[in-house]
Amino acid sequence: MSQAKVPAWVSVGLIPLMNILLAFFVSGLVFLAIGEDPIEAAGYLIYGAFGYDEGIGYTLYYATNLIFTGLAVSIAFKAGLFNIGGEGQAYIGGLGVGLLCLWFDSSLPLLVIAPLAIIGGALFGAAWAYIPAYLQARRGSHIVITTIMFNFIASSLMVYLMVNWLKEEGVMSPISRTFEESAWLPYMHDVFAPFGLDIGDSPLNLAFVLALFCCVFYWALVWHTRWGYQLRTVGTNPTAAQYAGIDNAKVTIWVMLISGGFAGLVGVNEIMGVNHNLLLNFTAGYGFAGIAVALMGRNHPIGIILAAILFGALYQGGAELAFEIPTITPEIVVVIQGLVILFSGALENMFKGKIEGLFLRRAVA
Amino acid sequence: MTPRTHPYSIELKGISKRFGTVQANKNIDLQVPAGTIHGIIGENGAGKSTLMSIIYGFYEADAGSISIDGQLVSIRNSQDAIKVGIGMVHQHFMLVENFSVLENVILGAEGGAVLKQGMDAARQELKRLEQEYSLDIDVDAIVEDLPVGLQQRVEILKALYRGAKILILDEPTGVLTPQEADHLFRILKSLKDQGVTVILITHKLREILASTDNVSVMRQGEMVAHRETVNTDKEELAELMVGKKVRLKVDKNEAEPQQTLLSARELSYFDSQGVERLKKVSFDLKAGEILGIAGVSGNGQSELLNVLSGITPMASGEIQFAGQTITANAPKNAAQMRDLKMAHVPEDRHKMGLVTGFEAYEAAVLGYHDSEAYNGKVLMKRKAMLDECNERMAAWDVRPPNPHLKTANFSGGNQQKIVIAREVEQNPEVLLIGQPTRGVDIGAIENIHEQIVKLRDAGKAILLVSVELDEIMALSDRIIVMFDGAVVGEVAASEADERTLGLMMANAWNEGRGVQV
Repeated sequence: MSQAKVPAWVSVGLIPLMNILLAFFVSGLVFLAIGEDPIEAAGYLIYGAFGYDEGIGYTLYYATNLIFTGLAVSIAFKAGLFNIGGEGQAYIGGLGVGLLCLWFDSSLPLLVIAPLAIIGGALFGAAWAYIPAYLQARRGSHIVITTIMFNFIASSLMVYLMVNWLKEEGVMSPISRTFEESAWLPYMHDVFAPFGLDIGDSPLNLAFVLALFCCVFYWALVWHTRWGYQLRTVGTNPTAAQYAGIDNAKVTIWVMLISGGFAGLVGVNEIMGVNHNLLLNFTAGYGFAGIAVALMGRNHPIGIILAAILFGALYQGGAELAFEIPTITPEIVVVIQGLVILFSGALENMFKGKIEGLFLRRAVA
Repeated sequence: MTPRTHPYSIELKGISKRFGTVQANKNIDLQVPAGTIHGIIGENGAGKSTLMSIIYGFYEADAGSISIDGQLVSIRNSQDAIKVGIGMVHQHFMLVENFSVLENVILGAEGGAVLKQGMDAARQELKRLEQEYSLDIDVDAIVEDLPVGLQQRVEILKALYRGAKILILDEPTGVLTPQEADHLFRILKSLKDQGVTVILITHKLREILASTDNVSVMRQGEMVAHRETVNTDKEELAELMVGKKVRLKVDKNEAEPQQTLLSARELSYFDSQGVERLKKVSFDLKAGEILGIAGVSGNGQSELLNVLSGITPMASGEIQFAGQTITANAPKNAAQMRDLKMAHVPEDRHKMGLVTGFEAYEAAVLGYHDSEAYNGKVLMKRKAMLDECNERMAAWDVRPPNPHLKTANFSGGNQQKIVIAREVEQNPEVLLIGQPTRGVDIGAIENIHEQIVKLRDAGKAILLVSVELDEIMALSDRIIVMFDGAVVGEVAASEADERTLGLMMANAWNEGRGVQV
């Protein structure tokens, strides 16, 4: 067996970078085709995402959602499960957050509501993931199918609840009343203001800190607890797990609960941090983008943070780009995002063999 | 049938095939006369399946040539093989379970985009084939509704429909009842009468003697003998198959068996297909002895280890161990068996014994990861695990002694040392150990054998499963032989010799206790 190894910076640094560059190169061709200067467009995109305080704030706000859903997809993947249901779990998680805020916003202070809502969001997301998890573990129904179906069920359920129960009276659109300010998660710019730091007004709020905390939690859980040990055993060698006396079904159910919990925290950022009321469609595809984030992030929290920031930058810079160059419509921005997903997700192994081969040959020579 | 112009339907010259460091086939010559049934026998790993895969185009030989009816042919894939008239019936059927027999047979030979025409033509042809060879099968039946014996006939039908003049069957009776097997041999006989050449791969001597015209024996990748079936007998074939091996030397004193530590009574187990893999297996395992289980692999040894260690639940029977009675209704899982101080070195370290993606120190606690020694209140004690791994690597001479190296990057022998060290260092009362030295180099073999004997001398009980007869004979104090899921004989190690054991393993031994003939 070969003992030669590809250096870590190649597999986690160089190869993803090559994939992204290729995606940008093809995006450049798209810009040329519609008669725009790709260099100029790239300039707007990068400036929009990182060039000024508000832009950075927006980028990190988008990244917050993507970290949650990226962690959700990734931890399930550690057990060999493909959780496509992040979207629905985030939706129901948001419902949990919203309900708690609506119930307690006038009676409890923020310091009590915030932890309640965080736990509530995670529990609601977890509960939504529980049914597919149970069906997979005990009945053998394929988790990909059931989680996809549960996205649709979540969506319909939310419409029903919003229209029939949660809509504010006398309002034509399906949104709840706005929470009292005691149920608003503080914005980052408000947190920094007392210290004399002006970071520009953006939706970035304390949920970002929660997301970073979740990354640490993920890291400790997966690599430093016995449950994480069981999880990784089940994910890489289920037969060895059986041999070791690990209950595969139990691990499957628990990991999906945690996965759903991560996804549910999107609601904390969106409902409690930004919208301050319950509404429809606040998940906006973050659940699905989380799959790409997890793939690009190589199922490691550091990678997931970086990938989430990249996608956040594409969301924010893309919006800026569409604003600055009218011929570049938001749809073209979606094309760029699609290309990044295509090259770094679906085609992630395109260069892998060749580059690794190059390094292994050099190592042997 | 086309008239034969050449005496040999298939002729191999100098076929060699190497996988990495393993020479699976060495300079193989084989001549199969047209219109005969030719048996190929050999132990597991003797290279029979590799050779057949070369003929059928799954592998390409490194050297050598294949001639069909005297014509030199080049077979690069199974399409080429079908074109020159070779058909193969695999040990595991390659059928679409929810298709009908007819649909399965025309699969890959549909004859055009519209099915109807091809189907009608195929139906005619199948009716003819089926009657000609008395296959006795309903072409419209759905395959999954058919018993295994009939599914196998569908495979044969498939091969014939594609114009096979040479039919290869790989361990065809492994899944059949005796009646089904008899029917199969009648079919093979009628195929032969129609001029089809049949190659039969098996390790069952009885079948070879009952049905073939010629037989070739393989051993360790080489063709060691060709015999006309009428001029040979079981004894000669068994000896040729097993060979006169150099006896492994293990320094050990007489065993001093003491009290029974584990007793198994009438253990039965059915696999997911409903096939009975363990048939009322009973034995006692005493403190201070090594009980060897001999047998050609696939005769229930793996299932026995899995049932004893709690990995798979038994269907019926009873295990007495550590003051507990374990039955189908009161089962214990693998973790619980470990808690009762039963250790298990599985036969396949890659599939079961290790997680090859783990670093060595992580793989070194697999199964004991719940132990207090490795766990704090919340987090695992990484330092404790690493320290212990370092100690064991030094004690067991694991190379390289790097607890952070991925398990996959150790050589086979060192991986096995990691597994055995993990199990033995827990100081178990009973050690189940399967294929302890498979894929392990000579130096490590000696070391592993010494450790096993040391454990025995410390008054522990060891159940050893190995397909290496010389390993069984060198280590065991007592030997039981398994065949087709049942215990077919028991001998004291001092009285065992290769010939007797070889015959027992082929279920062809008919003197003594408890032997089925």
